[in-house]
Formats: sequence, structure tokens, C-alpha cells
Amino acid sequence: MSYSHRFLVPGFLLPLMTVGAFLLVAPGVGFAQRSNIGRPASEEDIRNLGVIISPGGKGLPQGKGTAKEGGELYAKQCVACHGKTGEGGVADQLVMGKPGAPRKGMYSDLDRHPIGFWAYSTTVFDYINRAMPANRGGTLKPDEVYAVVAYLLYMEGIIKETDVMDQDTLGKVQMPNRPNFLPERVVWPPNPKKPSWY
Amino acid sequence: MNSNQSGRRGFLKGAALAGLAVGAQKASAQTGLTNTAAPGAPPNTHEHGQLAPNAKPAGRGVTKSITHTTYYTPLADSVGIITPASLHFMQSHSRLPQIDPATYSFTVHGLVDRPLSFTMDDLKRLPSVSKIRFLECLGNSSPRRHVNDGKPNSTPVTVQYTHGVMSCNEWGGVPLSALFKEAGLKKEASWVVAEGNDGSKYNYCIPLTKALDDCMVAYLQNGEPLRQEQGFPARLFVPGFGANHSVKWLRRLYITDEPYMTWDQSVHHAAARADMAYKSRWFNFVWPPKSVITRPSAGLKLNTPGYYEITGLAWSGWGKVKKVDVSVDGGKTWKEARLQDPVLPMAHTRFNFDWTWTGEETTIMSRCTDDQGEVQPSLAELNKHWGRAEKDHLEPKSNTHYWNAIQPWKVAKDGSISDVLFA
Ligand code: HEC
Repeated sequence: MSYSHRFLVPGFLLPLMTVGAFLLVAPGVGFAQRSNIGRPASEEDIRNLGVIISPGGKGLPQGKGTAKEGGELYAKQCVACHGKTGEGGVADQLVMGKPGAPRKGMYSDLDRHPIGFWAYSTTVFDYINRAMPANRGGTLKPDEVYAVVAYLLYMEGIIKETDVMDQDTLGKVQMPNRPNFLPERVVWPPNPKKPSWY
Repeated sequence: MNSNQSGRRGFLKGAALAGLAVGAQKASAQTGLTNTAAPGAPPNTHEHGQLAPNAKPAGRGVTKSITHTTYYTPLADSVGIITPASLHFMQSHSRLPQIDPATYSFTVHGLVDRPLSFTMDDLKRLPSVSKIRFLECLGNSSPRRHVNDGKPNSTPVTVQYTHGVMSCNEWGGVPLSALFKEAGLKKEASWVVAEGNDGSKYNYCIPLTKALDDCMVAYLQNGEPLRQEQGFPARLFVPGFGANHSVKWLRRLYITDEPYMTWDQSVHHAAARADMAYKSRWFNFVWPPKSVITRPSAGLKLNTPGYYEITGLAWSGWGKVKKVDVSVDGGKTWKEARLQDPVLPMAHTRFNFDWTWTGEETTIMSRCTDDQGEVQPSLAELNKHWGRAEKDHLEPKSNTHYWNAIQPWKVAKDGSISDVLFA
């Protein structure tokens, strides 16, 4: 065990070292020094961790898919838990709108699962990519995720059946419920802070 | 590390034997007995202590559904502020991973100068910190938990199930500020997305200022390695915030310049607010001041009139508990309870109150005021503030997260106690 900013020095050497020691502990030098603990993570290491998607779509992988392809995948891999067309089954309802006719109105706490509620299309990608199908999260390929996301957005009436979802288009999809989240801009610390049950 | 460990063990063993030898000599000198066998516990129990064979402490409760598995802490038996790790609550949405600490690492990357991976050995070399802090699921004590309608997964209405998804532990680990110093934060860095190693690669985010202020990567829980369910071998720990921020089985910390809209945080935990025309409130972060009487509480029975200590827990995600008031007459009058040391910021604080039950029906409750001057609201105040319908608890249509309403327990004439929050 060694810390680069701590060392033992025989007493008789101390006077000689005073100048150097002073420099080491001078503001912004001594304690702020790094210890070089931790292994540098290469670009490949980080790629292997998988993607985390920003609200605007930064981090989306290469690939593409349409609602039609997504419908086929949904029928094989999602239907068992989420129902034939996303109406819900043993697991959550994923669709409340209709193709060409997005659901209007507010969502109460009882129906905040369907994709039409979500504020960002990119969240749909990020979540399905990491977590679905349940117990087999991380097994879908990027094309498959784009396709099933396109399918759900289409079923909710948010995009057209022929729209291609990819690195460029997915992040640009405007979610109809986005204006209904508060606060509009997420800030910390909250201002004004009180009452905190706000 | 290995040679070090065996060296230390060797030393302890030697010391223990020497101690026993002295004891045995003394005994034989006093009694004249020649038996020098070591007295005490059965063999091979010295490394990790066990409960006494006849000790039968209350255990955790459990509910399971397709979305969650939840364990509930038996709060009615608690004294003091520390939750035993073996009784710590859990709520998990997916498979619990089995991680080998010898090969484990997590990565800090994104807006940093040097993306770095840290192993357990690395963590143990870095500056350490330990904090006694509460941890509370953001659904704890929410309206549904006060209802047993016989549906699958409805639970007994006792303090274990209404308030039992919270804890207070001593968490030990490395401050995020120390990790981020190694990696070097870029100027634009302002948020941290944490990702776990469970079956859903659970992710959630926290503001960087909070991360630098008082968050840590924890690897010790009450002085022991984290329990499997608590994120072994290492988890994020975010004091004062809803427990979901404290991502378990930490896989990476990704530094960004904006909040990322993870599913649990931006969808699942965005809650409709009737007072805001059913717009959804998201990114709530902090647990407001709260308290609950843990004993006497629903499900228990007072056998005779007379003296009973009222005891409970109070806490606030904003700071320290300043005072706790107790009412034993259904909220007509309030008296200050005794706060027991220690009173720590963002930690459970134990309060005690002397009470003599006359044998008449009455309702007891507690109210927390924190050092920011904020007061725990009654159900009526909370409903008014959030625009909730008074009886919106069977199928709640609006926010139930970060629920901190004052909790009333009714004592009936026969001494039986029940939850009357929605009565
Ligand atoms: C084995 C059952 C199962 C299968 C198969 C499955 N899911 Fe799920 N899904 C779940 C469960 C359970 C949840 C809730 C997870 C939670 O609460 O943590 C969920 C949640 C979701 C959600 C989030 C809904 C919300 O609550 O906001 C989406 C989106 C989703 N699934 C999409 C899919 C897609 C797409 C597929 C097919 C590729 C799929 N699921 C396959 C069980 C399943």
C-alpha cells in the first residue's frame, strides 16, 4: 500500500526537505494530487459496457428498423407478457393510443406505463435495450431494438408505419406528452426549495 | 493482501489462545480441577457470530409480483436507530446478480479526462468514509400500503408493511469526490448516470453537485461487506434521496452534461399531480421530514391499561431532526418527545415518549420538524397540497411517492391497535 502524497522521512532529513515539502502541501498541490489508483479504461472497454442514451439521442448505436419489422419481433418476443398489441397482460400495458390517433389528455397514476406517456423516445430505446424481454435484457440487437421501438411508437400514433428509426431519426421524434412533466427543466438544488413536498 | 491476512489471523489466534490459557490456569488454581480444555463456544464459530439458538427475532416479510420482489423490515421490534443488515429491506425489479469480488470492477467514464475502472482492491486503497444514514424506498408508507383488500400481494396493515421499506445503516466506502479526482472531471460535467449490474442494468441519475457533496461508493454495511441484496460487492450511496438513486451492484458512473431520462426516474417515478392539472412531477430527489411510531403500532395489542413507552423513528432528507411532537389524543394536543442520541443528519433519529394508557379508545401519532423548519404534514394537509381526493388510496390516481403524512394508530378499548390513516 502506498499513497503518492504520503511518505515517511527520517528526522535528520527533514530540514533539508522543508522547501520541497512546502511545495508539496501548498494549496492545490499536495492533497489535490492524484494517486494513480484505478486502471485506465480503453475505448473498447467502454464500448463493451453497452450504450447509455441521452434524451436527444447521443449514444444511439448504428442500425435501423421500422414498425413492420418491429411488429414481427413483438409477436415473438413481447406478446406473452404485454398482450397482443400492447394492451397489457401479465406485465404492463404499453399502448393506449391507436395508429394515426395518439391518445389525448392527461395520464393519471393508474396509466403512466404506456409509451404515449413517456417524455422521450430515446428512453424507450434505452430501457428496452437494457431490460427487455424481462430476464433476457441485453439480448436484442440494435436493429431489433430500433424496430420494436418503431412498432410501439407507431401503435401509439406517434410515427408513421413507414418511418425508419435510426441514430438520426429516433432522437428527433417529438413525444406528445413531453409538455406535461414538471419541473420543465430539472434542477438541483430545487429552487425555491420549500415546501419540499412540492 | 493474502499473506497479510493470514499473518493477522495467525496473530489473533495466538492472542486468543494465550488468553484462554491464562483463564484455564486461573480456573484450575481456584477449583483444583486439572481439566485445561478451552471453555466457551462450540468449535469453528469464532469467525462470524451467530444468533443464540433460542433467539427468535421477528423476521422480514416478503411480497412477490412479476415486477418486484420486496422484503419488509420488522420495525415494531426496533430499538435505537441501526437496522441489522440481515433485516434490511429490499425491493428489486429483476434478477439479483452474483458477483465475484475478485474480478469485480466498475468504470467511471463520460466527461472525464481519464476513464478509469476500479477494483475492490483499488477501493480499499482510496480515502474512506463512513456515514450513518437512512435509506428509504420512495414508495414507503404510500397509500396502497395501508390497504389490505385481499388481493394478491396485499399485506397485513402493520408498521412492518406500511413503513418497512426503509433502514438506517452505517455505510462505508469511498467518496465520489475521491474517485472523480482520479478521473478528472471536465468543465461541462454536471450529472452522473449510475448503472447497476442486475438483470435490467438498472440506471438512474444524480446531480454532480450532490455526488461531490456527500455521495459514496459503499462496500461496507454496518462494518461488514454489503449483503447480496444490498448490492454486493459495491453500490452507490446517495444520502437523503429516495433509495432508487443508490444504485446497487454498481457497474459504472457515466458523467454527463444533462440529466439522462432513464425509465425508472423519468417514467416510472414521474407521478401525476392533481393540483397541477394532472401534469407529472418528476425528479423529486429528497425525502421530506417524516416520522412514525414503531411501538405501540398496528397489529400489536395492549393487554392492560397503564404505562407504555411510545417509541418511534424520525428523519429528514434535508438535514437533522429538530424535534418530534407526539399526540395521544388524536391530534388535539401535542407534546415534545425525547430525542435519543445520536441525532445525525439524514439519519433515523429515535424518539421516546412516556405514556399511560387509561383504557379508553384513543389515537396516537407523531410529527417531525427538521432543522430547516419544515414540518411533517397531516394527511389532510398533504391531500390539500397535492390536490388529492380524500379517499384516493385504493386506486390512487395521483402522486403517492415520497409520502410523508403523519401516521395515526388507533388504540381500541380492548387494547388492539389499527392503522386509521384512511379511516
Ligand atoms: C417475461 C415477461 C416479459 C416479456 C417477454 C417482455 N416484458 Fe416488457 N416488461 C415485463 C415486466 C415485468 C415489466 C415491468 C418491469 C418493472 O416494473 O421493473 C416490463 C416493462 C416493460 C416496459 C416498460 C413499461 C412501463 O412500465 O413503463 C416496456 C417498454 C417493455 N416492457 C417492453 C417490452 C418489449 C418491447 C418486449 C419484447 C422485446 C418485452 N417488454 C418483453 C415483462 C416482460
